[in-house]
Amino acid sequence: MEIKFTEEELAEVNRHISKYPQKQAALMPVLWLAQHKWGWLSTDVMRYVAELLELSLAHVEGVATFYTMYFKKPMGKYHIQVCTNVSCMLRKGDVIFNQVSEHLGIKHNEATPDGIFSLEEVECMGACGGAPMIAINEDFHENVDTPQVLELISKLK
Amino acid sequence: MNKDFPRLVLPNIENLSDFDTYVKNGGFDSFRKAIKMNPDEVTNEVKKSKLRGRGGAAFPTGLKWSFMPKGTDKPKYLAVNGDESEPGSFKDRQIFEYNPFQLIEGILIASWAMGLTASYIYIRGEYHKWVALMDKAVQTAYERGFVGEKMKETFGVDFKTDIYVHKGAGAYICGEETSLMNSLEGKRGYPRVKPPFPAQFGLWGMPTTVNNVETIATVPAILRIGAENYAKIGAEGHPGTLLFGVSGHVNKPGVYELPTGIPLKELIYDVCGGVIGNKKIKAIIPGGSSMPPLRGDEIDGINMDEESLKKFGTHIGTGGVMVMDEDTDIVKVTLRIAHFYHHESCGQCTPCREGCGWMEKILKRIAKGEGTTKDLDLLISVANNIEGNTICALGDAAAWPVRGFVTKFRDEFEKAVSANRSFVARNVVHGKRSTREKLVFNA
Repeated sequence: MEIKFTEEELAEVNRHISKYPQKQAALMPVLWLAQHKWGWLSTDVMRYVAELLELSLAHVEGVATFYTMYFKKPMGKYHIQVCTNVSCMLRKGDVIFNQVSEHLGIKHNEATPDGIFSLEEVECMGACGGAPMIAINEDFHENVDTPQVLELISKLK
Repeated sequence: MNKDFPRLVLPNIENLSDFDTYVKNGGFDSFRKAIKMNPDEVTNEVKKSKLRGRGGAAFPTGLKWSFMPKGTDKPKYLAVNGDESEPGSFKDRQIFEYNPFQLIEGILIASWAMGLTASYIYIRGEYHKWVALMDKAVQTAYERGFVGEKMKETFGVDFKTDIYVHKGAGAYICGEETSLMNSLEGKRGYPRVKPPFPAQFGLWGMPTTVNNVETIATVPAILRIGAENYAKIGAEGHPGTLLFGVSGHVNKPGVYELPTGIPLKELIYDVCGGVIGNKKIKAIIPGGSSMPPLRGDEIDGINMDEESLKKFGTHIGTGGVMVMDEDTDIVKVTLRIAHFYHHESCGQCTPCREGCGWMEKILKRIAKGEGTTKDLDLLISVANNIEGNTICALGDAAAWPVRGFVTKFRDEFEKAVSANRSFVARNVVHGKRSTREKLVFNA
């Protein structure tokens, strides 16, 4: 597979570059774009981004590994994030995490062998008023309990 | 307390996130007022309002603005901090969703007051939906000619500024102002050593101010009602309204805009409907997980403003109140908090990198029932050695809650280690390297 953005995506890259006085600052948005397209950031993808923004691979890799939301390995099609931080833990978020983990047979930062689900125990996602909460890919689900989460998961299959 | 206080940041107006509704309800009038004033006068108004930063440190906003150098031809920037990753805080997201144009208007007023070239709204990566909402709001403002080149025509003023939205990617540390700037520049989010302060050497080495989303969104309201009137709302030393995010064991958790200085008891029992199952309160964290906790039996007479909380050894922080009922396992909560800071420490300073991990390790031991009484003093000693010895405030943020919980709930911790009460001065940590073992070995 050739690693290359389409014309439209390159236009988007240029739009991001134009927002900042230095090209390097567009790195985070471009990494987001790349992850959206390829699902995760392989070394080849990072090399491509580095060339695009005239940066060293070391710098791009340094940034990508610093931020937890950039995936450094393939994740599931549905990335399930369960918050277990204090507000969610007080309302049994940790129990939900353990039960989901058992149900899917995977642990923190792992994906199912068929590549459909991955699980992450996340830190506070800023939805404490709706604790306990989970997020599936980009969507928040608040005030949930384990049966509800398992039902959500079964619908995704 | 007067229940008919004005809601300034999140007014009860339907569909306010729509541009036309916002304009119809007096939107951008404050900015029009601002451009009739001299930029310094605007800063003075903010100073007079006694507005204090809503991001945690409660620093006077007008004073911060006045640090920006004048008469320089360098570009100047504003970074609006919407990283909001402090556990217990979920207020800025309400602004992105329900009142985005007031934030944009606030940025315009700040831009006029400080002569800014551009502003960047930094929103945490997990807020995909709210990044998109804010991005759309900014685009609308551009299209309607309220931001960018066209604003000269719209407002009839020789001034233009730009606003951009920047999406983070999951790093608590990026809520720290200098780390946020590094992140914006496309680097790892390592905090910078201060001085130089952002107002001298900020984004790309240019003068920069970093303000919280809620702070900036409050500014249009100040110009609308007048600085003197704003300063009369709530507590004297820390006036205005504040978005309190209440979570944990309460019946009605959520974000409430209330005057500062509201009694903590009133907030929990009247506003949030009390504790679930009418249980007693064991502990309260008043301003996000990095603030020292309060015991449930000491909350009488505590008002929710910085000056009042300071007297009780804690702070207002981000206004994220976490309530824990009598059945809460304090050791487990402390362990969870320590785990969070260990996970989020950027690893730049040794005391924080090593200390946070060490505290977590000790707490894990205690939670498993393998701790000793000496561990409790060790925890406090480690916390004391992190505090104040790091580049940024994450070190303090990690040390305060651990030390706070261990000192205020010593009884709970004692119980957790009681099986292993140690009366012998044994060298627990470096036990394996003790002299005695070596001597025996040599003999």
